Order: sequence, then structure tokens, then C-alpha cells
Amino acid sequence: MQVLFARHHVRVFRFVLRLVRDEATAEDLISEVFLDVWRQAGRFEGRAAVSTWLLAIARFKALSALRRKPDAELDEETAEAIEDTSDTPDVTLEKKEKGEVIREALNGLSAEHKEIIDLVYYHEKSVEEVAEIVGIPEATVKTRMFYARKKLAELLKAQGIERGWP
Amino acid sequence: MNTKIKETQEDIELLLPWHAAGTLSRRDAARVEQALANDNELASRYELVREELGEAIRVNESLGAPSARAMKNLFEKIDAEPARKPASTFNLGAWMTSFVGGFSTRTLAYGATAAALAIVLQAGIIAGVVVKERSGGAELASYGNTASIESGAFVLVRFNPQANAADITKFLLDNKAVVIGGPAAGMFRLRVSENQLSQEELAGVVKRMATNPVVGFTVPSAN
Repeated sequence: MQVLFARHHVRVFRFVLRLVRDEATAEDLISEVFLDVWRQAGRFEGRAAVSTWLLAIARFKALSALRRKPDAELDEETAEAIEDTSDTPDVTLEKKEKGEVIREALNGLSAEHKEIIDLVYYHEKSVEEVAEIVGIPEATVKTRMFYARKKLAELLKAQGIERGWP
Repeated sequence: MNTKIKETQEDIELLLPWHAAGTLSRRDAARVEQALANDNELASRYELVREELGEAIRVNESLGAPSARAMKNLFEKIDAEPARKPASTFNLGAWMTSFVGGFSTRTLAYGATAAALAIVLQAGIIAGVVVKERSGGAELASYGNTASIESGAFVLVRFNPQANAADITKFLLDNKAVVIGGPAAGMFRLRVSENQLSQEELAGVVKRMATNPVVGFTVPSAN
């Protein structure tokens, strides 16, 4: 268990943190994730990668925790995540390097879009694995990723970065 | 006929993020590679995907790690669980099959590359020590020098899965780079200079490295 925890806990923590946006909650949740794994180890059939199994459990726990949060608390966090756009896009772009603007735009995506971007780009999950973790058909995985990227392009355009796509 | 071609193009475009992440099947990856070679517009869109991938990795890497509290909580909870019956038999073969089967092909490929790199680096250290001793302490270049890997300039590199250990070793030697970490998210951390470099200088190094076929993807890394 210690080996499994050492190998996967940072990535699972980051995945959960991106969903719940609270470090203490994310830490509590990863303890629960690995406890479930310890309890269910006999049921793991090896059909999927261990990391895919862990992320699926982590996602379920994170969404359950979010459902338990009062709406007022969520609204406050959403408001904090929305950037002050008092600068014009040109001024914003002059002040920041392009990579920083892209990172902010990635953080400004909806939870659903952020999740799929992270699973594909950071957690290196295939179409099939994302489908298993999120619980949606493979075709939906592809189109959701496409719309997440499209939304990202729109956010970047609003910040003065015109990428010529879509 | 045209509708079919359009559908295929759209299908290929949807696969670009997975191609950039290296998680497509060999067959799909070949389809995407062929389309990229024949379609300049698609190739420029692929560059946007690679840019997003790099920044998504940086966003996630900046999140840090959980405190020791998470591990402490976990093992306290496990200790509090009722004792479980030990398994009556332990099949090492089945366990190994399941354990190794749990890794993606790519992870295994990176693992093998990392192992090969470790051997090459160890050989470098040994050769460096031997040559140094024989030459009475002459200052010879040795990439096994790990005296101060905390300072300098760093980049993150994802090697092409097709690159072999000899290609990677040559790449490291040509660029006077040292592997100091990884793979994490499929990327290795390299020190490209013992001295700090300006943002422009580091961007130049990244640009130069990106043109090497051994490299799948590279970005500057914070110290």
C-alpha cells in the first residue's frame, strides 16, 4: 500500500485539487481514495491501469464532496476564480507572457472542461481511459475535448490572443 | 466521397490532443502522422495543441504535493480497520502479470528508457572517475558530476517513444545536458547549464532542442 501511495498520491491529489480547489479537502479525499483501494484491492481485476482506477474513484469522491458543499461557498469560490478584466486585452497581453495567459485561461475553464484537459494532457489518459474515468462514451470524450479546446481559444481571444483556430 | 474525406479529416483533428500526449494506438498515430505530413493547416493546429499541452502540464506541476498529513490519516484509518484474513496462496506470476499489465505501453517504454539512461549515466560517472584518476586529476568533462544539481538552468523534455538510448545519449552529450529527474508525466528534467540563463537564452535552448527528432516536446522548467 505504501508503494502504491508513494507512486500515485501526488497525481491523484492534483487531480482532486483541480476539482475541489481546496487543499485540505483534497488531502482528506486522497486518504479516502486510498482507503477504498485498500478495502477493494481484491476486486481490482487488472482490466485497466491502476492509475485509471484510482482517478475514477477520486473523481467520484471529489464530486460527492462538491455536492455536500453549500451553494454560497461554491459561488464565492467561483467569483474568486473569475479574473478582474479591468485591463483591455492588449494591455493584459503586454503585461504577461503568452504562456501565463494560456495558463490563466486553462484555470478559467468550467470544471468539466478542465477535467478532460487535465486527464488527456497531464494524466496521459487515452480516449478509452477517459471514457472509463468520466463514465461517458468514447465519442463524447473526443467531442468534449474538442469543445474544451474551443472554449479555451475563446478565452484566449478575449485576452487578445488570436490563434487562428477554430 | 467528399463527405467521407471531410469526416476523416474531422476525426483526425479530434485525435490531435491524444497524439500530442502520445496515447494513441500505433495505427491511429500513423494515421495522424500521415495527415500532418500532407496538411499544413492541420500541422499548424497541431502546434496549438502542443502549446496547450505544455501549459496544462505546467499548471498541474505548479500545484505541489499533499502534506504528510494525508499519508498519516490513511495509515491511521487502515490500522483501525478490522484485520483481514491473509490470502491463502500467493501466485507471484499472476501478481507480476497484473502489476506490469497495469502500466501503459508508454509508461513501460519510458521506464525502459529511464533504465537505459540510468545505465548510461552510471557508465559516464564510472568512466569519468576512472579517467580522472588515471590522468592525475585532470579536469575532464563528465556528465556524472552531480555536485550541484540544484543550481543552473533547467528544461522539461519528453523524448519521442521511437528514440533509442544511443540517440538520447548523443542528444544529452551534444547539448551538454544532464538528466536530473523524471520521468514525471512522461517528462524528464534536464539541467542544460550549470549557470542561470536569462529567459531569452533558455527559450533559445528550448527552441534548439525542439528541432531534434529525439525530442517530442520540451519547455523551460523553473529552478
